[in-house]
Amino acid sequence: MTQETTMEIQLNGKLHSFDRAHTVASLLEALDLQPGMVVVELNREILERGSYDASEVSHGDTIELVHFVGGG
Amino acid sequence: MTDTHTMVDDARALDSSLHIGGVEFVSRLIVGTGKYLTNQIMIDAIRASGAEMVTVAVRRVDLDRTKEEAILHHLDPNEFFLLANTAGCYTAEDAIRYARLARAAGFNEFVKLEVIGDERTLLPDVYATLEAARTLSDEGFKVMAYTNDDLITALRLEDAGCVAVMPLASPIGSGLGVVNPYFIREIKNRLEVPVIVDAGVGTASDACVTMEQGVDGVLMNTALAAADDPVRMSHAMKHAIIAGRLAYLAGRMPSREIAVPSSPMTGMLD
Repeated sequence: MTQETTMEIQLNGKLHSFDRAHTVASLLEALDLQPGMVVVELNREILERGSYDASEVSHGDTIELVHFVGGG
Repeated sequence: MTDTHTMVDDARALDSSLHIGGVEFVSRLIVGTGKYLTNQIMIDAIRASGAEMVTVAVRRVDLDRTKEEAILHHLDPNEFFLLANTAGCYTAEDAIRYARLARAAGFNEFVKLEVIGDERTLLPDVYATLEAARTLSDEGFKVMAYTNDDLITALRLEDAGCVAVMPLASPIGSGLGVVNPYFIREIKNRLEVPVIVDAGVGTASDACVTMEQGVDGVLMNTALAAADDPVRMSHAMKHAIIAGRLAYLAGRMPSREIAVPSSPMTGMLD
């Protein structure tokens, strides 16, 4: 019997667990976020929008998802 | 066409447009999008202000909330020129990180650089601002730098490559108006890049007095968002900015300490 895979990542300052592997694209989909509305920083590197499908998320990664909000 | 629109169109014929970093703006008013009670009031107020450039902040997506906070659901980037800020940053490193994130959103290369040095006054850390301005300008950013009403810092920011320098009228959110019109005038006189007064305007007369100093524009947020009626205040600010600008261009009469009659002294009856 294989153990269930869990992947833990630091996501916007909190630890999140996922029961499957993710790319950045599938992670955004799982979080119900439109790729065009957010900017992704993976381990302090800003990702280009076109690279979300190819960017694998690994256990222990730190991800920041940011967007524009009201401000002066 | 309403009288209001006629007034604004007349004013435009009497003034040149504002050019910042190669982009042309007709309105000399730049507005923020923070602190409005509802998104609808924000949109209505921004439209009433006539502003074309609007500021936005970069923040984490709140993953716990279902409510949609993303401002782009409410603000059409085709209708307004988005100016992302680095508000809330206390170090050059953080401000640079926020600017890069903002640019990755893909709208433009502009950033309103803001590095705060003190929590109580929200006065800028001008050393960190200058450091960040140099790095970001080298990276191709069009930096509009929020700064103190200090001439030397303003000159250094221009040297660093900023496309606009934005001295404060008074502390952010204070509504105190221009506390040092002399310094604001001197900064405007000495810089070649546009000077936009950013922060401190409280009401229409403040905006008007600010523009009368000869600056290129005013950036405000709280004066609109915290007014009892933001939409009405936005109308007032639009006219105040135009009034102050035209008064500056028109050149005011000299002020005197004694009266001078307006009617002829001759031709009086015996």
